[in-house]
Amino acid sequence: MDRSVSLREAYGKTLLELGRENPDIVVLDADLCRSTMTYHFSAEFPDRAFDCGIAEQNMVGIAAGLAASGKVPFASTFAVFVPGRCFDQIRMSIAQPRLNVKLVSTHGGITVGEDGTSHQSIEDLALACALPGFSVIVPADAIETAQVVRFAASNHGPFYIRLCRPALPLVCDDSYRFELGKAAVLRQGTDATIIAIGVMVTAALEAADNLKREGIDCRVLNMSTLKPVDESAIIKAAVDTGAIVTAEEHLENGGLGSIVARVVAGNHPAPLDFVAIKDTYASSGKPAELLERYGLTARDIEKAVRAVIKRKPK
Amino acid sequence: MEESGDRLKVNAGAKALSVAEMESMAKKLRRHIVTMIGKAGSGHPGGSLSAVEIVTTLYFHVMRHNPQDPRWPDRDRFILSKGHAAPVLYATLAECGYIPVEELSTLRQLDSRLQGHTDSNLTPGVEMSAGSLGQGLSFSIGAAIAARLNSQQHTVYVLLGDGECDEGQVWEAAMSANHFKLDNLVAIVDRNEQQIDGWTCDVMDLEPFGSKWQSFGWHVIEVDGHDFAQLIEAFEKAKSVKGQPAVIIAHTTKGKGVSFMENNPDFHGRAPSAEQVELALKELQ
Repeated sequence: MDRSVSLREAYGKTLLELGRENPDIVVLDADLCRSTMTYHFSAEFPDRAFDCGIAEQNMVGIAAGLAASGKVPFASTFAVFVPGRCFDQIRMSIAQPRLNVKLVSTHGGITVGEDGTSHQSIEDLALACALPGFSVIVPADAIETAQVVRFAASNHGPFYIRLCRPALPLVCDDSYRFELGKAAVLRQGTDATIIAIGVMVTAALEAADNLKREGIDCRVLNMSTLKPVDESAIIKAAVDTGAIVTAEEHLENGGLGSIVARVVAGNHPAPLDFVAIKDTYASSGKPAELLERYGLTARDIEKAVRAVIKRKPK
Repeated sequence: MEESGDRLKVNAGAKALSVAEMESMAKKLRRHIVTMIGKAGSGHPGGSLSAVEIVTTLYFHVMRHNPQDPRWPDRDRFILSKGHAAPVLYATLAECGYIPVEELSTLRQLDSRLQGHTDSNLTPGVEMSAGSLGQGLSFSIGAAIAARLNSQQHTVYVLLGDGECDEGQVWEAAMSANHFKLDNLVAIVDRNEQQIDGWTCDVMDLEPFGSKWQSFGWHVIEVDGHDFAQLIEAFEKAKSVKGQPAVIIAHTTKGKGVSFMENNPDFHGRAPSAEQVELALKELQ
């Protein structure tokens, strides 16, 4: 079993390093700095950390004003609240003026677990991807998280970075270098491609290993940048393997699956299937129970791959 | 540019206007507002006209700013949170020299730099894209915090509508401005007592308005928002407040200066006809 590492911890520690390197980095929270792990930063730089209380709309507005004055604000809370609770504030105060604000939300998806529906963000990627000019990234492990946060700090423009609550096994090795809009090929393969993000990347690798034993050879892509998406990697997957399954901890509508479908339909139509949360809200439960209940396991991916391969033109 | 201690010298060394000069500037701005909205065929005359003296006092008497260098880092900031009053800001920016006066006639046209609501990407001197109400105070807090972090001496001024104060975000922001002890932040509320659906007391009563701000930790100053002497004094007082933010509640008349627009909610968001523009311009001579 791989060692699991917290993405949030990687975020907090990277933020602290960045704070030491760049005095313009400032951090905003909404009464959750111990959960988002930004307290690593605020402990060392109390004058550059602003807890806005339970007021997310105000927090993102303050972040916009800081960015307009040359600061590099990182604003964090749970993904249900940013973007969910303050979409219009993000739209008008950050996206439209293309301000240099980094929204890093933790607790994305249903693996939040026992807190239940109110705290499970399953629409945030659709919301964030709808915003013109935003870069939207879902890191798959702690190594990638550290690199993505570093990348966002040094590249101008608005970013939405979605992290999850549980620690995840490492899928990137130390030589991995994050590039915006570039998918990472984790397995080469010829029969089908599994395109996954976040929590689902580990499940995709497990599915590919299991399918290999059945003689099905899968390519696995970590599509951590949802926007701007790596269109050429998607088209290449459709051309080379002729069938694609997407896997995401998000609603089927408006997330990774929708984006991949748009690119495939417009360039090289091929059979697709979508492992995602169907049009529903989820229950309280343990993360593993929830992934099982809502169809987000390696077995669900395997089933989808077998089905999609059957739909390939003869 | 004058020394930072002397805040009454504005406009890249230009002298602050006298009250008499501001009276005449206010009329000119009102003529621009009525003309440009009439030409555009849509827009918000009422809340632009009510804010004329407030904006005139800031740009021609109080603020340090430089139309030749709109992004001068040490400029005082003016953030228009009630973005539908864009015409009063555009007219002022034109008279200051940020944009040509002739450009005012392009208001709301395709590809114009003067969009229906303010757009910070397009218009020199516009600090914030606004129009969705309730967001400017939060933005201004960010700007005021940044100034403090940078040890800059400038002041952040933000103009809100009174109807805008229905938005919950305004009160989130009001609470935090005091929490962060932002004495480099001055809010002005254009208290014209009207919003789209009618009088504010009928749509959503704001009173007791001054004590609301006070209880949120603000130093409250109430003035006649069409009286330059009172406005100048209020801004001086607001500047001197230490350890807390200040709000100037400027009591105004919606549609001020044009008889048939005054206190007429119909002119919140409707353009005057060509004949009405003529009539209005006669009144504004």
